[in-house]
Amino acid sequence: MPIPIDEVRQKLRLDDRIKRRLLKEIPREKLLDMLEKMYLSRYFEENAEALYIRGLLHGTMHLSIGMEGSSIGSIAALRPTDYIIHHHRGHGHTIAKGADIVLMMAEFMGKEPGYCRGRGGSMHIADIEGRNLGATGIVGSSTATGAGIALALQMQGKDDVLLCFFGDGATNEGEFHEALNLASVWKLPVVFVCDNNQYGLSMSTDRSMNVKHVSERAASYGIPGVTTDGNDVLSVYYHVSKAVERARKGEGPSLVDNLAYRWRGHSKSDRNLYRTAEEMDAWKQLDPIKRFAETLVEAKLATADEVAAIDQKALTTIQDASEKALQFPEPSQENLEAEVYAP
Amino acid sequence: MSTDNNNREIMYSEAIREALQQEMRRDPSVFILGEDIGVHGGAFGVTKGMLEEFGEKRVRDTPISEAAIAGAATGSAMMGMRPVMELMFLDFITVAMTVLVNTAAKARFMLGGKVSVPMVVRAPTGVGTGSAAQHSQCLESWFVATPGIKVVAPATPYDAKGLLTASIRDNNPVLFLEHKVLYRTKGQVPEEYYTIPLGKAEVKRQGKDLTIVTYSIMTLRALEAAEELAKEGIDVEVIDLRTLKPLDEETILNSVSKTGRVLVLYEAPKTGGFGAEVCAVIGDSPAFDRLDAPIARLAGRDIPIPYNRILERSSVPQVEDIVAKARALATEGR
Repeated sequence: MPIPIDEVRQKLRLDDRIKRRLLKEIPREKLLDMLEKMYLSRYFEENAEALYIRGLLHGTMHLSIGMEGSSIGSIAALRPTDYIIHHHRGHGHTIAKGADIVLMMAEFMGKEPGYCRGRGGSMHIADIEGRNLGATGIVGSSTATGAGIALALQMQGKDDVLLCFFGDGATNEGEFHEALNLASVWKLPVVFVCDNNQYGLSMSTDRSMNVKHVSERAASYGIPGVTTDGNDVLSVYYHVSKAVERARKGEGPSLVDNLAYRWRGHSKSDRNLYRTAEEMDAWKQLDPIKRFAETLVEAKLATADEVAAIDQKALTTIQDASEKALQFPEPSQENLEAEVYAP
Repeated sequence: MSTDNNNREIMYSEAIREALQQEMRRDPSVFILGEDIGVHGGAFGVTKGMLEEFGEKRVRDTPISEAAIAGAATGSAMMGMRPVMELMFLDFITVAMTVLVNTAAKARFMLGGKVSVPMVVRAPTGVGTGSAAQHSQCLESWFVATPGIKVVAPATPYDAKGLLTASIRDNNPVLFLEHKVLYRTKGQVPEEYYTIPLGKAEVKRQGKDLTIVTYSIMTLRALEAAEELAKEGIDVEVIDLRTLKPLDEETILNSVSKTGRVLVLYEAPKTGGFGAEVCAVIGDSPAFDRLDAPIARLAGRDIPIPYNRILERSSVPQVEDIVAKARALATEGR
């Protein structure tokens, strides 16, 4: 069973004063951009589902619908020169890091102009120039490689940091433990961000670990750990910002556990036999997009019409990108062997 | 540099160290990391003295965390560093397997050719030190079967230095297999920088009656066997592959076409070992028509390596086994 939503609402609630301060401090433009990216992520994935149903896609996909607060809130805490590495449920991160939606859609469809030239697909979406070093399909494998990316940043004397994303399931992998320990002893400039949707496919966290929150695991590496309301983009932004600041100052890594919920199945083959419709409906009340839009309207940072316009613009962007990418050429089958090794 | 220096003899382990030192002096992006490589100087003494010269930022002692070591190497390589990671024993690569196979080997292709992963995994391999089943394995065939990784296995100090230098300068993950029994063997090694291109085999001994195709420690045993056989009038050609992937098929096939008889020799367990691939390459080529006898294969037994000295010795080919097998091959059908 997931954490009860009332507990999320109460115990993980971001302090009202902090929230008001953030709404003042963060430029309005940036707040509206965050909202737009949340809509883009949502519509990208709804479109992906629709394409699949229409038989226009052949591969697999993992949707993060309902988890946009974690991806967009975390990455909003970065500077453009910072890096991310992430995981199979990576559309939100890629959009948040500023990817071109058309090239992303092209990769999703396996087309040659796509970010990975159709070699990676949804599960390995990346934007190297945008400092998105890619999504990994082996649970936990962003963590050790993430430590290496952060090691390079440290050795090269840069003050950029890495956000390293993974899911709750990854925290039971050996690689996660090795990587967090190493990052801690070397004080690497990385923030480990758990997109915690409380299930590893069908295995709920209360069955897979005997700590209540993933963040408690930070204690064993001697680093700060915090669980946020991952359905509140501002709460995520606040906690990740603090961790990013610490990493940038050379004080080492942190573990931020964004508690959220995935509305869809693990992948397209999942029939949700391990959870009830009631549970899924209850979590939808915490819809991070709806909450953030309401917050902005209440704070008079946007009118309802402005929110509707952002929503519509995002939908149009996705639809246009999808139409455009569908026309792109397929990659050539020739000489793939020559690409395996760098010259 | 004086001629004397170029004739100097150093050990295989020293040749490896010299390659590391020279590359670290030449290129600030090169660094080494691994278990006990600092003050301790490495389990086989390869990195002795390097901490003093390069400091702890570039000679990085790590926790006993092979996956994290491999991840630190892979991630930093993606960012433009040139890490050389040391595994204490090749056997421990099993713990780092997911990083090497799923990330390091695939990052370039999977991300559309937009990153490269210039890293070296140095790993002591092989049988003969009484280290039993979990510290003696020859696991090269796993990596040869993984597109994206190159595999190098030098037999001499000269080759070790030149191939390691080339491996560090290569823009791909390279698994560099150092045979534990070879660390203390000596050979001529020039002091200056040089590279030996990856993917080039060497004919270590010319001969006309039969070809032995081999690599790593088995090269030395094959050469010793060849001297024995020469006394009987059998003239053996010995090919040291040096690099398993990419494989120098041309050198193998030219030699086999010339001698008409071939023995494929390797230390790893026979079944599915790299030598099986060499046999297939020969069988799948026009050189097959030039054969006067079936392709012969001599390899390690299909067992975990036992501890007892007699059992350990019996688990992989020895000089007398090679002599017997090659003698039979040389006379078959004559």
